[in-house]
Amino acid sequence: MMVVLNGARREVPDGASVRHLVAVAGAPAKGVAVAVDGRVVPASRWGDAVPARAVVEVLTAVQGG
Amino acid sequence: MVEAIAGMEIATRSDLAAVDVLTIAGRQFGSRLIMGTGGAAHLAVLERALLASGTELTTVAMRRVDAAGRGGVLELLRRLGIAVLPNTAGCRGAAEAVLTAQLAREALETNWVKLEVVADERTLLPDVIELVDAAEQLVGDGFVVLPYTTDDVVVARRLQDVGCAAVMPLGSPIGTGLGIANPHNIEMIVANVAVPVILDAGIGTASDAALALELGCDAVLLASAVTRAQDPERMALAMSAAVRAGRNARLAGRIPKRFWAQASSPPI
Repeated sequence: MMVVLNGARREVPDGASVRHLVAVAGAPAKGVAVAVDGRVVPASRWGDAVPARAVVEVLTAVQGG
Repeated sequence: MVEAIAGMEIATRSDLAAVDVLTIAGRQFGSRLIMGTGGAAHLAVLERALLASGTELTTVAMRRVDAAGRGGVLELLRRLGIAVLPNTAGCRGAAEAVLTAQLAREALETNWVKLEVVADERTLLPDVIELVDAAEQLVGDGFVVLPYTTDDVVVARRLQDVGCAAVMPLGSPIGTGLGIANPHNIEMIVANVAVPVILDAGIGTASDAALALELGCDAVLLASAVTRAQDPERMALAMSAAVRAGRNARLAGRIPKRFWAQASSPPI
């Protein structure tokens, strides 16, 4: 299935979990948060499947402000 | 403590040495200098500057994870024992800012947020309509909201009314180093809100930071003035001293300004 991961179209296995997409994005082990279709997905729900064509944002803290 | 010098008793006032604590939303800070981490050439420079500043609270931004691995700032702050204050820099509307704050809370395990909603890239001025809306939503969602706002006392009061834990008016636009463009506006905010007032944005050099505290601000938040200085570590030292000097001057009560001279020596 296709998803949009951090602004880029990606082909991932059907039923891929949030955790799988966090790994695909190359996220560090700590300090990461995920939004799927504009809603925050808490870490306790990262086992959930991501729907096809979902827009997924994987964020972390960087220098700023 | 009392010591005798030349027959006079000089009492050392304990309140002069006591830690002058800043309280925001019930949390206490010994330093009135809040730092940003943006603009530093690399983490080693940032580390030395943060240590020299004596800051206890420092902002970070939330951005997409990228392969280049821009991380490392969280580990640095953790190692230095400095509390993290996530911001919503780059957000243009209330909805985007609220989502970014919620993501920061999830990622960083803090319900504190420096709320920024800017109108455009050229001025980076706050869009106060969206800002008050976002602040109200976030307060309702349990956040401790510290909003970056204009130097407008009416907006500051609105932000206080919706439950913000502090207000953070700009001295001048972000990154300009123009200092406090309208000191009277800052004084009006100080005189009209009960929550802490933190001068945020526009600081160029140490005297700007001192002035903010002299005007009655409770703290200063700055980044570029230190991180983009030729010697960030030395500028951080200067800012730390300036904030303490400004605070002491405020507490001491300055003399009124006069038109004509007034001799300080007795008449002949």
